[in-house]
Amino acid sequence: MTAPTNPYRGRERRWRGAGRLDGPTPSRALLVALLLACACLITLDQQTDGPVEAGREVVGEAVGPLQSGAAGLVRPFTAVPEWLRTQSSLREDVAALEAENSRLRQEAATSGLDRNRLAELDGLTRAAQDGGFTLVPARVVAMGPMQSFSRTVTIDAGERAGVTPDMTVIDNDGLVGRVLRTTRTTATVLLVMDPESVVGGRVGESMEIGFLRGRGAIEDGGRLTLDLVDGSVVPAEGDTVVTWGSDGGAPYVAGVPIGRVQQVWSSPRETAKFAEIEPFVDFSSLDLVGVAVPSGTRSDRGVLEADGSIR
Amino acid sequence: MRALRAAVALGLVLVALLVQSSVLGHVAWQGVVPNLCLLVVVGAALVRGPEFGALLGFVAGVALDLAPPADHVAGRWALALVVVGWLVGRVRTAQTADVRPSAGSVVLTVAAASFVGTSVFALSGLVLGDPVMGIGDLLTVILVALVLDVVATPFVLPVVLAVVRRLDTERERGRRTERVLT
Repeated sequence: MTAPTNPYRGRERRWRGAGRLDGPTPSRALLVALLLACACLITLDQQTDGPVEAGREVVGEAVGPLQSGAAGLVRPFTAVPEWLRTQSSLREDVAALEAENSRLRQEAATSGLDRNRLAELDGLTRAAQDGGFTLVPARVVAMGPMQSFSRTVTIDAGERAGVTPDMTVIDNDGLVGRVLRTTRTTATVLLVMDPESVVGGRVGESMEIGFLRGRGAIEDGGRLTLDLVDGSVVPAEGDTVVTWGSDGGAPYVAGVPIGRVQQVWSSPRETAKFAEIEPFVDFSSLDLVGVAVPSGTRSDRGVLEADGSIR
Repeated sequence: MRALRAAVALGLVLVALLVQSSVLGHVAWQGVVPNLCLLVVVGAALVRGPEFGALLGFVAGVALDLAPPADHVAGRWALALVVVGWLVGRVRTAQTADVRPSAGSVVLTVAAASFVGTSVFALSGLVLGDPVMGIGDLLTVILVALVLDVVATPFVLPVVLAVVRRLDTERERGRRTERVLT
């Protein structure tokens, strides 16, 4: 009974032998040190305005211009898929646009008077409220990956262009987000899709107010959740939601369209009504955006005044 | 030589970071892009072992944490990539170190590394309460990231492996003669 003493010994030796092949075993101390350094960094970043924020600024100053350069290099190539479209698909687009155009023209013809009166009133109140704002144009030069579970982008306008934190960022279609932090040449924008973004919204048709939260959603297009303050009001599907606006226009200026109500559901447990909002902005192909700065801000580039003139 | 190696490794990380944030955003699938920084760390760890892997993982992670569009708690990607660099390096030493890994084993390593890396990042977020996303969404992102990382592997890893090996030949030669002598 001496043969099967330890059937595992051979395998054990082989494993050890393989380890020894590579000389000394790797130092655990380095791993522990690095893990502690990570823990340290995480702890330091828990406080706002800590040393990590300074680190972010230094890295941002260095990497920002490089990102602008890289994005500029690639920009000509991003249009390539547009060239490869078939004639029939273009024709379909034209037909759809013509149909939409005539529908819109009809609407405009019937509601022109109301609209004009509303615009006059709106213009008056806005002028009285905040004195209007100016748009600084900027381009998106970097997008945060979804792996980081946050939706942020970098734009190529920074302090030199007159951009400071807590400014509203919009594009042709509606609200994009707000500026989180800036360097001299770039700014980081928190998109409204980010799970940590909360925007005060107003349902256009009923004037009810609520809070829009991003879901960080990854399903097609992405959705926002509208949480109405008054639980008895039911927004209709298709209603438009605009920003409610903050005091002094920071972080969000008033009256920027955000999206359209797509679905409404209620939660009996929380006795609240929620609506799903489809944003007007296509966040997957964000490029040219505008940052709303107070009018009269000095900028390193041409800015769009509230009355449409370029300065 | 040492300084040159460090500089080239940092250069690789910087290029990966720029391409990942500024170029690949245009081909993002559901917002997820191939994690080139992770691929660089995997490549370096496969050639140079766990210590270098963990160290480069830390550097690449801190770069991901601090470079502009990032807004999560800093140190989370650093933690994830240190773990990835170390584990991949260990896998290499568990195999025989001098044999070049086959294409299949590299792809498998990348898949495992991607899964571990994104998962560690997501878990650290859950612990810190950093993202407010559902578990289902987290899992979807982890799987999509895994697929994209594997898709990017044939384009990225051969370059990374070639660059790191080229810088490594001097060191390897020295070590081999040493081994023969002992």
